[in-house]
Amino acid sequence: MKHCLLPLFLALCAAPAGAEEIWITNEKDNTISVIDVATLAVTRTIPTGERPRGITFSHDFSRVYICASDSDTVQVMDPTTGAVLHNLPSGEDPEQFVLHPNDRHLYIANEDDAITTVVDTETRQVIAQIDVGIEPEGMAVSPDGTIAITTSETTNMAHWIDTETRQIVANTLVDARPRHAEFAAHGTQLWVSAEIGGTVSVFDVASKAEKAKIHFKVKGVHPDRVQPVGFEFTADEKTAFVALGPSNHVAVVNAETFEVEEYILVGRRVWHMAFNADKSLLFTTNGVSGDVTVIDVASRKPMKTIKVGRFPWGAALRP
Amino acid sequence: MKRLLCRAAVLALSVCVGAQSAFGDVSLRIAYLRHERTHPPVLSNLSPIPDDLGIAGAELALKDSQTTGKFLGHSYELSVISVPPEGNVIPAALGVLAGSDLVLLDMPAPDVLAVADLPAAQAALLFNVTAPDDALRDTDCRGNLFHTLPSHAMRTDALMQFIMSKRWSDLALIQGAHPEDAAFAAALDRSAAKFGLKIGPRKTWTFDADMRRNAAQEVPLFTQDLGKYDLLLVADELGDFARYIPYNTWLPRPVAGSAALVPVAWDRVVEQWGAVQMQNRFHDQTGRDMHPEDYAAWAALRALAEAATRTGQSDPATLRSYLLSDAFQLAAFKGRPLSFRPWNGQLRQPIPLISGDAMVVQAPLPGFLHQRSELDTLGRDAPETTCKAFQ
Repeated sequence: MKHCLLPLFLALCAAPAGAEEIWITNEKDNTISVIDVATLAVTRTIPTGERPRGITFSHDFSRVYICASDSDTVQVMDPTTGAVLHNLPSGEDPEQFVLHPNDRHLYIANEDDAITTVVDTETRQVIAQIDVGIEPEGMAVSPDGTIAITTSETTNMAHWIDTETRQIVANTLVDARPRHAEFAAHGTQLWVSAEIGGTVSVFDVASKAEKAKIHFKVKGVHPDRVQPVGFEFTADEKTAFVALGPSNHVAVVNAETFEVEEYILVGRRVWHMAFNADKSLLFTTNGVSGDVTVIDVASRKPMKTIKVGRFPWGAALRP
Repeated sequence: MKRLLCRAAVLALSVCVGAQSAFGDVSLRIAYLRHERTHPPVLSNLSPIPDDLGIAGAELALKDSQTTGKFLGHSYELSVISVPPEGNVIPAALGVLAGSDLVLLDMPAPDVLAVADLPAAQAALLFNVTAPDDALRDTDCRGNLFHTLPSHAMRTDALMQFIMSKRWSDLALIQGAHPEDAAFAAALDRSAAKFGLKIGPRKTWTFDADMRRNAAQEVPLFTQDLGKYDLLLVADELGDFARYIPYNTWLPRPVAGSAALVPVAWDRVVEQWGAVQMQNRFHDQTGRDMHPEDYAAWAALRALAEAATRTGQSDPATLRSYLLSDAFQLAAFKGRPLSFRPWNGQLRQPIPLISGDAMVVQAPLPGFLHQRSELDTLGRDAPETTCKAFQ
């Protein structure tokens, strides 16, 4: 009897349902690479639509949404089977999106059309389209769900959208080519990275006034090449990790003093990132080198490089 | 009376809003003044010069800027005035300057100088978007004149950096008979000297036969007496014969300059750094590819709009000083911020080296270092300039 149970137990442990994974979109391969967090190896490669970029999971992780930019659609995939269940109307060239805390509305940046599209994932209908600046990209929703943010790359603004009325209520200028936006400090701050400006602006959400601006300086890299893009916060929101694009470094920023504490060398043209479930590991997508760097969050050291597809762009955790 | 009061109230309100946000009503009236050229005939019919060359770039920038402007209450207008080749550009310039003090100039260098020297232009801000002449950025520079098209020197420096990185030390040159070819060839010589190279054997293209039919017979013979070289430079800025040189040379050697490997301000093959989005917008608008002159006009209007966005002002003096300051950064799809050189008003920019369907490399190349900006390894640097108008 004992002999029979052990293999069964092992089989259960190895079952995919319990395995923590990082999903990476490969922009120039039309695939997703699935990384097993326990082994740090790619376990699956799943075909997608054309030019997959933004990726996010539904709150219960039963669905994964993928911006298939050149297919002009958002694909809804069953993460267990990798089968595309259906496509959502997304507007043209969806690049990045964010799922509202209601787990139902997707706010999508349509890069070629200067529009933010709001899609209901249940009815599969577009419920609003909002005119924003040229080349919208960064998307964020406040934790209470009242404000959505779109940043536009050529207009150099963060557009503040009231999620009730779906109207723009404010526009704040940021430095050149804003790429990514996130709410921080329990929703009281908005952080926006500016790729060409080389800065991250921190706004006070209540007053919409700029509270701080974070500058970066990587030794041996010309300031023009230090281009902040994606960023993520640790669980306590006291530390931010900021991808610095072609400088090939990730900055570790103290989110209370807004000082940069450290720079971590990663792969080439680091773009976005995702943590594992307990936020002990950070996975960065390195577009030009076509790999993912795994950073040990406690020691702030890169610990492994994982080869994925061509031009890895987005990253998302599937616990 | 009541109506008057209402109007005063509206005015007061708008002043308050303006003061609060520092982004009151700002209105930029930008003019695009072109002196059309008659182009000498060229052998190939493959590369027609678009009728709206340059203008289309300004129009795209206008749309881009209007989108930004609508969120700030800023407005942008563009008027295009085109003078026929036989016409006189000065009366047209006087008319334009009466209505606008921000003007993009699409004309040869002598016209650019004549307009810039008009008394009516002294308080205006002018942008040269099509003349590559080095002298305009140097001995003939003007304090009211900025340049967004790269100079000859910037393009030839970019090419020489690549030649250096390949260790091609023996260079030969074929140049056309037009003044534009001579200017480009002179820039090649200066750039070669700058990077410690020297152009050896050289010939002038004198053929009047139709090379589409007999390039394979003529070019090998023509290039035979150039002797040994690593790379053949071709100076043919009007696009006449250069395209028939590659693969027809006596020695199997690469070709660069006006054909094969070409340093440019912009080309359809530039697709990194988000450039595809702009290329798509341009294509949707015009149905054609974006040329260097389109890019230069786009950059000029975008630079003005960026300065207006950041300063909330529209007067040329404020815009000029902001454009020349360290604060100014233009995101222009070349992978790093662009800015203006405070010693001659030239837009600093990387130079793509393109070959057919791909960008080979973008200068400045790694290893060409500079104490301030690597972009200043391309073109006339501050210590070398003879321009005094910006001091």
